[in-house]
Amino acid sequence: MAQATSLPDTTEEQPARRYSEDAAGLGRLRAGAFTAPALALIAVFLVFPALWVLYLGITNYRLTGIAAADPKVVGIDNFLTALANPRFWNSTWLTVEFVAGSAVIGQAVLGFTIAWVLRDRRGPLRRIVEGIVILAWILPSAVVAFLWVALLDPRDGTLNAVLGLTDFAWLLDHPMLSIIVFNIWRGTAFSMMLYAAALGNVPPSHLESARLAGASNWQQLRDVVFPHIRGHVLTNLLLISLWTFNDFSPFMLTAGGPDGKSEVLAVHVYNEAVRNGSLGYGAAISTIILLINLVVAVFYLRLLRSKR
Amino acid sequence: MTRFVLGRIGFSTLVAVLLAFFTLPLLWLASAPLTTDPTYKVSVPDFTWENFQTILEHPYALPSLYNSLVLSVGTALLVVLLAALAAYALSRVHLPGRDVLLYVLLLLSSIITGTAAMVPLFQLAVDLQLIDSQFGLILILSGGLLPAAIFMLKDFMDATPKSYEESARVFGATPLQIVRHVVVPLVRPGLATIAVWSVANVWGNFLMPFLLLRDVEKQPAAVIMYTLYTEGGQANLRLLSTFGLLYSVPVVVMYLIVSKKYGFRFHGGIKR
Repeated sequence: MAQATSLPDTTEEQPARRYSEDAAGLGRLRAGAFTAPALALIAVFLVFPALWVLYLGITNYRLTGIAAADPKVVGIDNFLTALANPRFWNSTWLTVEFVAGSAVIGQAVLGFTIAWVLRDRRGPLRRIVEGIVILAWILPSAVVAFLWVALLDPRDGTLNAVLGLTDFAWLLDHPMLSIIVFNIWRGTAFSMMLYAAALGNVPPSHLESARLAGASNWQQLRDVVFPHIRGHVLTNLLLISLWTFNDFSPFMLTAGGPDGKSEVLAVHVYNEAVRNGSLGYGAAISTIILLINLVVAVFYLRLLRSKR
Repeated sequence: MTRFVLGRIGFSTLVAVLLAFFTLPLLWLASAPLTTDPTYKVSVPDFTWENFQTILEHPYALPSLYNSLVLSVGTALLVVLLAALAAYALSRVHLPGRDVLLYVLLLLSSIITGTAAMVPLFQLAVDLQLIDSQFGLILILSGGLLPAAIFMLKDFMDATPKSYEESARVFGATPLQIVRHVVVPLVRPGLATIAVWSVANVWGNFLMPFLLLRDVEKQPAAVIMYTLYTEGGQANLRLLSTFGLLYSVPVVVMYLIVSKKYGFRFHGGIKR
């Protein structure tokens, strides 16, 4: 839901100074009162759901029927069901395709390419290109989804017209390709901006001397630029993978269809839990998602910490 | 020399293809609302205003924009108020376990996404009868945004001098007065950042209102937009393109104002 790149600063206060700072007008009791309303909302609507999903995942809870009135703890049954469910494995594989295709290969590579191509340019061309890419990023996702549904239309869509294709049914016959292209379009701006900032920090003198020594563009990239921005690359890959992994917007193009062919895990959870009412099973899948998120986020926070 | 020419051609082609890829959908969104009979293809608009008339007559279009406004402004106010109080306290007083708490909150806010939490939140909303409650949705959305908002604001608070507050206290100001009259003016850019970030987040959010608001009269523009283009029959392109444009303009304007006023800064992304 939300991201921040700052970390709690653990170094700023020494124990000896604490009490005089506490006396800066607040006192611990009042500080507690100031913090309590925020913490209460976080506890009820963020922490509790995370714990509750762990519990729901081991029950046979359903929206309707007998198990709705009297849910029972069934242990790891839901997880075993998932492991035996070809639809779950299908979704897992599609999610890997979605993250690898649209985030890692698409957004990161395209974002870096644009930032690299524009690196030395000032003036209108750079502003126009960046402005257009950023515009794609700030439009509401429901609007972007509709734009792509329109664009990919087999008969009247602009994309087929431009590419000279007739009756290429993007959403029906190539749903994964469609949502990958859609996600590249709307997500590339983040990588572009991150890499533009990172490239701005590469000392020009290093590039200059590499150029004088006869290094090709590719060698400059590999031996000068990349070592400098390695941290940014890692940050970028972790963040966009995490976001894409959790992205629900493919639902707005295909609802997971046709026949589950674009049902990434985020959509799988919705279809199973809310549409079919299998809350327990959906919660089990969510638990798996939560654990994967945890691993990625811990890597990300470690990376941030090591930079300080 | 040939290499140079080829390089220039390659470069120009690359830029042209990229520009076309990113521009086409935007061109359509900009031109179709002004075209009398838009198709899916980008065409030169004849600058009609009729399509905006159809939006006025549509029973759910404008109300849904109002709902989006209620949800996003409501959430932004709550997030700014609660995050400011919490960030101030956490910045000025060393509560036991504060740093661990902040670390855990940051971790939680990035791993508990809509996908991970939709099942328990859906069930919680059903049990607490928060389905179809815009206020309930505001609380849920605020809970998700608060941790990141507290972090960003704490950074701002840490950077402000404590001496002003101390002198205010010498003159007998209560802590709440100090927050209102000394701290708030100092961290106003931070508060504005959080407000804009919250509005942008909620304005574009689809999953949570889709999940928790069943009553079509309470649904925000994101959900109405989706319903309009997925419901059966021939898509009404005049309605959809115009509505999409109206729904997009506020966030674009907000982005332009923010980037003009503060320049672009990296706060971990304005979205999501």
